[in-house]
Amino acid sequence: MFTKTLAELARGLRGKEFSSVELTRALLQRIDASQSVLNSVISVTADSAMAAAAAADGQIAAGTAKPLTGLPLLHKDIFCTEGVRTTCGSRMLENFISPYDATVVAKLRQAGMIMLGKTNMDEFAMGSSNETSFFGPVTNPWNAAMVPGGSSGGSAAAVAARLCPVATATDTGGSIRQPAALCGVTGLKPTYGRVSRYGMIAFASSLDQAGVISLTAEDAALILNAMAGFDPRDSTSVDERVPDYTATLGDSLAGLRIGVIREFFDAGLDAGVGAAVRAALAAYEKLGATLVDVDLPALPLSVPTYYVVAPAEASSNLARFDGVRFGHRCKDPVNLEDLYKRSRGEGFGAEVKRRIMTGTYVLSAGYYDAYYLKAQQVRQLIAQDFARAFADVDVLMGPTTPTPAFGLGAKTADPITMYLNDIYTIGANMAGLPAVSIPCGFAADLPVGLQIIGAHFAEAKLLNVAHQYQLATDWHSRVPPAWAA
Amino acid sequence: MFCQFNNLQDTPQGNVYDFAHTLRIFFMSLDRAQIQSIAHLARLNLSEAEVPVYQDSLSRIVDLVSQLENAATQGVVPMAHPLPGQAQRLRADEVVETDRHELFQRNAPQVEAGLYLVPKVIE
Repeated sequence: MFTKTLAELARGLRGKEFSSVELTRALLQRIDASQSVLNSVISVTADSAMAAAAAADGQIAAGTAKPLTGLPLLHKDIFCTEGVRTTCGSRMLENFISPYDATVVAKLRQAGMIMLGKTNMDEFAMGSSNETSFFGPVTNPWNAAMVPGGSSGGSAAAVAARLCPVATATDTGGSIRQPAALCGVTGLKPTYGRVSRYGMIAFASSLDQAGVISLTAEDAALILNAMAGFDPRDSTSVDERVPDYTATLGDSLAGLRIGVIREFFDAGLDAGVGAAVRAALAAYEKLGATLVDVDLPALPLSVPTYYVVAPAEASSNLARFDGVRFGHRCKDPVNLEDLYKRSRGEGFGAEVKRRIMTGTYVLSAGYYDAYYLKAQQVRQLIAQDFARAFADVDVLMGPTTPTPAFGLGAKTADPITMYLNDIYTIGANMAGLPAVSIPCGFAADLPVGLQIIGAHFAEAKLLNVAHQYQLATDWHSRVPPAWAA
Repeated sequence: MFCQFNNLQDTPQGNVYDFAHTLRIFFMSLDRAQIQSIAHLARLNLSEAEVPVYQDSLSRIVDLVSQLENAATQGVVPMAHPLPGQAQRLRADEVVETDRHELFQRNAPQVEAGLYLVPKVIE
């Protein structure tokens, strides 16, 4: 039962092959048994999940169930969940009980889905390996000595280990796609503004976007149908029609024009990853697509641009953690400044402090034009490169990451080495574009991700393109050997 | 560093190495006092042992972002919104939320009579 996709589980529930109570109990047991090795979950909500499953079974029996009723999911611990601890992977919020639900959480609950718990993540989503979490690192289900990627490392590892068919995630510079690639699962980052950010703890507000990690593109389409849409509570939410993302999954790819991003096949690309991605491109040609080389000349500047824009926004967003209204407070503060400084110094981990300080520096008096303004200009150049490309091609493709999963501790000493992991994913965030990573093979026995980037609001096309590949290949259905039983 | 910019030459925007028109910033490594000043501005308490760690890593980050110096951005409008043509939406100035301060203050470290308690600010 646990290896089934969300779509298969939905059919099983409707066909009364098993009940939501049976499914929920089995997955809760799997999560429990996995924790000592994977550490993919920060909080488990077993009691409320079992109660919701029983209610779902009642609706299924009564014939009042919706398409996703009774299906389980995990939420990244960046989404506020009413009455449930929401930590964002930080000591700062170790004991924070959210008084309200994020819109994403509310929508998926209204769709009938059952939350099993909250997944581990890099602290405040700042990291590419899940090693910055206050709750300890997550391991890669394919090899426990390796990182799962980050920041949505818990969500990706949980789905890959078949603890849960889908998990929510967020992506500011690659935090959905990079862990999805490293764990061998499907990760969709929608267009900026497609999914509400209300109740999603802010990191970099002009880049953050909620999405989903799943086993297949079809499952991502089912979840996006329920997640997407205008939210008056998010001032950057876009009032754009939400299509049925499952309706076009079956469309033929004959005549599809694929732009192959030349800058993504650079000297930093691992040979095994490059070979797997090239094989995937060849498979698309067999499906009727045409490959076109595309140059995005400003794209190599996306990492330095990101490390101005994201920390600048983070330093502002994280100013709210002051030890006064919620979050960690130091013991016996002697005055207000001491309260602020020690509460923040103790509550935030090393990487979060590094980003806050970087942001504070680039925004400080006299540096604004040289850093922030300059970065927003380069960001415009990156967006223009993409816009030019989409005038000629339907989707863009390349690797999701330069290498497969790396060892725990291998890149923690030098932040720059860690940052360069996101060199192929940051571009889509800069331009607000939707992108998906799907499994396309293995390098050194570790999964490789193919990245597909679309034009604004082209999620249906992306999922169609990903689904057709998944019909023709079986990389997405490979189960990590340690989690196959 | 594997993101070399050789392939940036002769782009549709012209030569990206447009040194004459780019901002000249002189990057150097940050000293101890600068780190302490940044930490103060960010209201972060750093231990003595942390200062050299951030001195090293922030200097490397500043070095990384100094690559932007070479991008030809003259006349480029800075990006204000990730989606073309979108502007910040405003809402009507109406009260739509109810007072739930008791619920919200359950997460506060110290509260008395509906007020947040902090150390004495005025002597």
